[in-house]
Amino acid sequence: MMTLIKDLFANAQNFVANAGAVALFFARIVTQIPVALLRPRLIIRQIHNAGGMSLIIIMTSALVVGMAMGLQLYDVLARFGSSESLGTGAGLALLKELGPVLTALLFAGRAGTALTSEIGLMKATDQLAAMEMMAIDSVRYVIVPRFLGGVIAMPLLTAVFIMISLFGVQLVGVQQLGVDQGTFWSQLRGSVEMENVQEAIVKGFVFGVASTLIAVHEGFRCVPTAEGVGRATTRAVVNSAVLVLILDYMLTAVFF
Amino acid sequence: MRQSRTVELSAGMFVLLGFAALWFLVTQITNREAEVGSGSYQLVAKYENIGSLKVGAPVSMAGVTVGRVDAISFDQTIYKAVVKLRINPEFDRIPDDSDASIMTAGLLGGQYIGVTAGGSDVFLQNGGQFTLVQDAFVLEKLINQLAATFLSKKDESGDGSESTEPAAK
Repeated sequence: MMTLIKDLFANAQNFVANAGAVALFFARIVTQIPVALLRPRLIIRQIHNAGGMSLIIIMTSALVVGMAMGLQLYDVLARFGSSESLGTGAGLALLKELGPVLTALLFAGRAGTALTSEIGLMKATDQLAAMEMMAIDSVRYVIVPRFLGGVIAMPLLTAVFIMISLFGVQLVGVQQLGVDQGTFWSQLRGSVEMENVQEAIVKGFVFGVASTLIAVHEGFRCVPTAEGVGRATTRAVVNSAVLVLILDYMLTAVFF
Repeated sequence: MRQSRTVELSAGMFVLLGFAALWFLVTQITNREAEVGSGSYQLVAKYENIGSLKVGAPVSMAGVTVGRVDAISFDQTIYKAVVKLRINPEFDRIPDDSDASIMTAGLLGGQYIGVTAGGSDVFLQNGGQFTLVQDAFVLEKLINQLAATFLSKKDESGDGSESTEPAAK
């Protein structure tokens, strides 16, 4: 019983310490951003790594998600005899919830893991230590460009995801199930407001900051062994997924 | 060098695609009518009851949206709801004896302001006020009225079954 309480206490302490470490690391990154901006090529390369390389998985998933949603929503709406509202339902669901969240989860799985393992391996092979030896700030040249690349890529990936998903919904709803094309788009346009798009982009941005931050942090502070890098990668995915979902609830409440 | 050129090209393509998607979301699927162009002017209408009229609701003439509800406030001196309407500048020939009624789209849809043009030669200017207004149609009131008339008719016809009579207001 005593050990149980002790464990619990130690876990809670770890959690708080971890949160503090991430916050301090974030502050350190932010202070280095202006300097890192002087080297845009490093950032462009990371946008390519985080965004361009995730594009295929994002687009494929988006199309399939959209098609599945077309079927599901049509089924539900047809029960109320309002299958014409497919555009409204799909558009709002994608912009406000599914688009940003699914993109962030896929992003954490594809780009986040790549970041963690890359930085972890750099640490395991003493590349970061070598930089320190040469008086090069590894946060400035390794971490910040990767962080910025992820943060820039995420909102754009979210927009791509939503666009492709809408195409998928349209494919199933209009082409296959026979919802009228004009009704579909006019319903969609009639109910989507500018603030819904803002919500999608703000969520995409915040999730991008959260998951990229966790990914680079886990890589940067991992135990520099093969096992340590593996564990850090797992932790990065799990933590960013949970954090994204928590943040999603908070942001939804803000935009409600 | 060649390698980094490829990376830059593909990063650029990704960014362009992302912004294209963003542009699509902003311009193609949002409700653009909600924005009233610059140079619009303001009209005022005062109502006893505005029902569930909301800021941003359309102002329409003959079914065409000509503006939006800009602000709703309550005037404590006359106990009326003051509704400010923002009208698109191209619709500047609204006669000053026009009627602004609060209508409902569909049976239970959202409420909007329908303007019916009057016959006057004087047009409403910025800050002008609609003198003829019609309050929101409140479904509960109508149901109560219908119930009342129905019940009174029943009484007149001498139908003795009083037991089912609800408390008529």
